Amino acid sequence: MSDASLPQFNIQIGNDLTWNVQPILHEIRHALRKLLETGESSIIDLRSIPLAPGEEETIIDTLGCGEVHAKLNALGPSEIYETRFTGVWLITHFNEESSIIGRFIEITRFPDILKSQHEDMTIALDQLEQELEHASLSDQNETEAETNT
Amino acid sequence: MTNDLSRKDKTLGETLRSQGISRRSFLKFCAATASMMALPPSMIPTIANALEKARRPSVIWLSFQECTGCTESLTRAHTATVESLIFDSISLDYHHTLQAAAGHAAEAAREAAMEENNGKYLLVVDGSIPLDNPGYSTIAGISNYDMLMDTARGAAAIISVGTCAAFGGIPHAKPNPTGAVSVSDIIKDKPIINVPGCPPIPVVITGVLTHFLTFGTIPELDNLGRPKTFYGQSIHDRCYRRPFYDKGLFAETFDDEGARLGWCLYKLGCKGPTSYNACATTKWNGGVSFPIEAGHPCLGCSEPDFWDGGGFYKAISMPTENITKTTIYAAAAGVAVGVAVGATGRMKKASASKAHQKVTIDDLEK
Ligand code: SF4
Ligand code: SF4
Repeated sequence: MSDASLPQFNIQIGNDLTWNVQPILHEIRHALRKLLETGESSIIDLRSIPLAPGEEETIIDTLGCGEVHAKLNALGPSEIYETRFTGVWLITHFNEESSIIGRFIEITRFPDILKSQHEDMTIALDQLEQELEHASLSDQNETEAETNT
Repeated sequence: MTNDLSRKDKTLGETLRSQGISRRSFLKFCAATASMMALPPSMIPTIANALEKARRPSVIWLSFQECTGCTESLTRAHTATVESLIFDSISLDYHHTLQAAAGHAAEAAREAAMEENNGKYLLVVDGSIPLDNPGYSTIAGISNYDMLMDTARGAAAIISVGTCAAFGGIPHAKPNPTGAVSVSDIIKDKPIINVPGCPPIPVVITGVLTHFLTFGTIPELDNLGRPKTFYGQSIHDRCYRRPFYDKGLFAETFDDEGARLGWCLYKLGCKGPTSYNACATTKWNGGVSFPIEAGHPCLGCSEPDFWDGGGFYKAISMPTENITKTTIYAAAAGVAVGVAVGATGRMKKASASKAHQKVTIDDLEK
């Protein structure tokens, strides 16, 4: 796409186009203070705020990447990482076609979606018990078969 | 069918679990849903609780004078998995474009769903209804008007999807040859939710369905019957080019310096200031972009009579005499002028590319 005859468009001028980048960063600052002082978490839905092309990237670049990086595989991938500001997490949900279906900044000690869920653990326990039962049954059958021969 | 009926008795939570969908996936779905319904993220647990217990409502979808663009929009929704979950969470009992059955079998399915869910089903309509001659648009020999009246009777609420069902849309544009009207022009005794747009943004359609599913109520509506969550603010109020409008920096043509610098498209006919829709934040094609971001003014497709607004490339406060004159002239001279206009248009294009001229608003209007 570097054809010189094509008009060059520059719709991204600096990061003050909608003036929403700085307010969002300040909102994060307030939320982080609230988390420290009261323990209360906050979430910002990046898709609910009008941002010019490139502004979302500016926010994400400013927040940078910290120590924790997790990947989910739940109805398509999700990427979750702590930014270089401890307590500020970026959560991006994709669908199975790798399109973003939600992007949130969570100001929290640990994002809820990473925790093992009660319902899933109940199903997991059931499954583990069944598998062990099945395994011990087939062991038993094998031993019986061996004794019979 | 039996399987389908038994699924209807299950809650959405039970249905999803029986499909092996984890709670974590469900929470992700709820987060995307909250974002889609433009609800604050703090509502995610409430949505999760409500959806968990929701039962699949029966939905009957009628398509009248339409181009199938609205159904296309819905079925091309970007959040493939999430959308299919929403589809899974409703029982789409009749949709003549999507269902396998046709003719009398299809009509029998509609009647069965109406009887079984009398007073409880959701009726979705796309397309306008011709009143001049019932023969203009029929389904299985039934006129659109009769089918709408018959199906609306037992509906809990009606969702008019697309500008045609909501306001008459393109069939209703002057001179309205079929006498097209909107659903709310005829039905006066049912709650009607208008979801206009040509087509509406896919997630706005599913957002309204999900609202009904989640809360069992219809969302708060504006004076034109549109859900305020999606149509509460104008394109202009949420437009990222707004700072240029406020500074008086406008693109004058589609390829001038202003256009390249991303200035406001007001003078190129942008209807953003008078159009209420979610394009500027929800955006299109999976949140990639929206028309103004691609350099094209808003056409105002979610407003009544947007097609008769006097020209897509005329600034809203500009006089529109030229356009009216051309229209009268063309109408009087009939088809021959249509061909001649087409030919001059082509000539203009050819000479423009030869001389590498700028394409101006006037060229586009001709
Ligand atoms: S481009 Fe349209 S919607 Fe955006 S600021 Fe200009 S007039 Fe308003
Ligand atoms: S930008 Fe305007 S014309 Fe385009 S889809 Fe949105 S409301 Fe309709």
